[in-house]
Amino acid sequence: MNKALHKLGEYVLLMQKAITIPDRWSMFFKQLLKEIYKLGFDSLWIVIIISIFIGTVIAIQISLNISSPLIPKFTIGYTTREIILLEFSSSIMCLILAGKIGSNIASEIGTMRVTEQIDAMEIMGVNSANFLILPKIVGLMVFIPVLVIFSMFTGILGGIAASYSTGTGMTPASFEYGLQFYFNQFYVWYSIIKSVIYAFIIASIASYYGYNVKGGALEVGKASTDAVVMSSIMILLADVILTDLMLT
Amino acid sequence: MITINNIIKSFEGRTVLKNISAEFEEGKTNLIIGRSGSGKTVLIKNIIGLMRPDSGEILYDGRDLTSMNKSELNMLRREMGMLFQGSALFDSMTVLENVMFPLDMFSKKTYKERRKRAEFCLERVNLSDAGDLYPSEISGGMMKRAAIARAIALNPKYLFCDEPNSGLDPKTSLLIDDLIHDITVEYKMTTVINTHDMNSVMNIGDNIIFIKEGVKEWQGNKNEVISSDNKALNDFIFASDLFRKVKEVEEEELKAKEHKTI
Repeated sequence: MNKALHKLGEYVLLMQKAITIPDRWSMFFKQLLKEIYKLGFDSLWIVIIISIFIGTVIAIQISLNISSPLIPKFTIGYTTREIILLEFSSSIMCLILAGKIGSNIASEIGTMRVTEQIDAMEIMGVNSANFLILPKIVGLMVFIPVLVIFSMFTGILGGIAASYSTGTGMTPASFEYGLQFYFNQFYVWYSIIKSVIYAFIIASIASYYGYNVKGGALEVGKASTDAVVMSSIMILLADVILTDLMLT
Repeated sequence: MITINNIIKSFEGRTVLKNISAEFEEGKTNLIIGRSGSGKTVLIKNIIGLMRPDSGEILYDGRDLTSMNKSELNMLRREMGMLFQGSALFDSMTVLENVMFPLDMFSKKTYKERRKRAEFCLERVNLSDAGDLYPSEISGGMMKRAAIARAIALNPKYLFCDEPNSGLDPKTSLLIDDLIHDITVEYKMTTVINTHDMNSVMNIGDNIIFIKEGVKEWQGNKNEVISSDNKALNDFIFASDLFRKVKEVEEEELKAKEHKTI
């Protein structure tokens, strides 16, 4: 318990140091663009691939599980849409991104720590936490919602593709009707708001673990794993809290 | 000039620096020597403010680092350059970008002027051709030179070097030593070098401080170090065969001279 409180205190102090006005705005924007490209844009392909396949599988599985003639076929499209909008594209996708981006951030900052690159910045009088962490947090908070929108779009495309396959009992027309049935726009906003919070969780927790590495390559690897585990847990916890706050 | 007075630093009840006082002179290469674990790195980290001493003063031309607040310390740090043991170049930047980094962060010059200054610094360390390469694409010696170029980019008053020759062959080590010495004299910097390389001691030791188990044992220059009668210093210096033989030859020459005189 003591250790957990100590870590929480360290995390808060690091965020206090990181979330301040940048020393040089031009350098901040340069870093921000780099981070958006490296962490966000580079994750686009994996988001698209996963979303298409999962969207397809969700549609097929729902159609196979709805065998009652009393349930209309458009329910498949409707359920697929709700799953993708409400949970998959935001929470599940961010759990996947926590693995990819979180480990990347923790290992990058951790390596900088053990090779004295962070000390070099501090000696120059640069606020290393602000220079390294803030662009990552802002970059992810800006770009992860974009990835989530891509995920929603491609996930639904995957579902539509499944509706063309024979043997599932659904038709493209009924699927499309289901997609539009009782559509609540707020669910899209709900997903986007959740993803912004998740982006902060991924970037800040991974940065914390990387920034506080002590030792060598082995510890960098451990920090990377710890960052993914902790940010995944925090995403799930935030999911419960946000769902309770926003949907009930 | 940097003056340290009565520095004491302890870790978990173990005193690592025991009341150390010394002066590091301007325009000279000041060497801190001693065995591994003697407290050299802790001392240099205290001097540059990465650690705070338990007691004592660290005066940068009269300004006490130990009583500075964060913003004052940051201002002072802009007058410092540091060469780390592993060079600590930023992996994600090219050599030129590395040298430009402190200028980008703190200089009010235009981009052209900053780039010109960075290119000048690279030229000064004979690395003009390596500007577009990444640190992973250059040798250890080139990395050290690039780190020196970055350290001098803002024209610092104080230069700190932590084991500048570690991992380098003797010839490259000499090159780095000469470069640090030349730059120190040229820009009238106060340079503090943490080393246990005896070649550096004999080559550029304008002012040498020998530390043993956290205590300052001896202070002098490269001309005095060989003839010192301090036992701990002699044990450290003549630990290698080469320097033992150098001393034997010197002693034989001295005896021969005395014999001739008689």
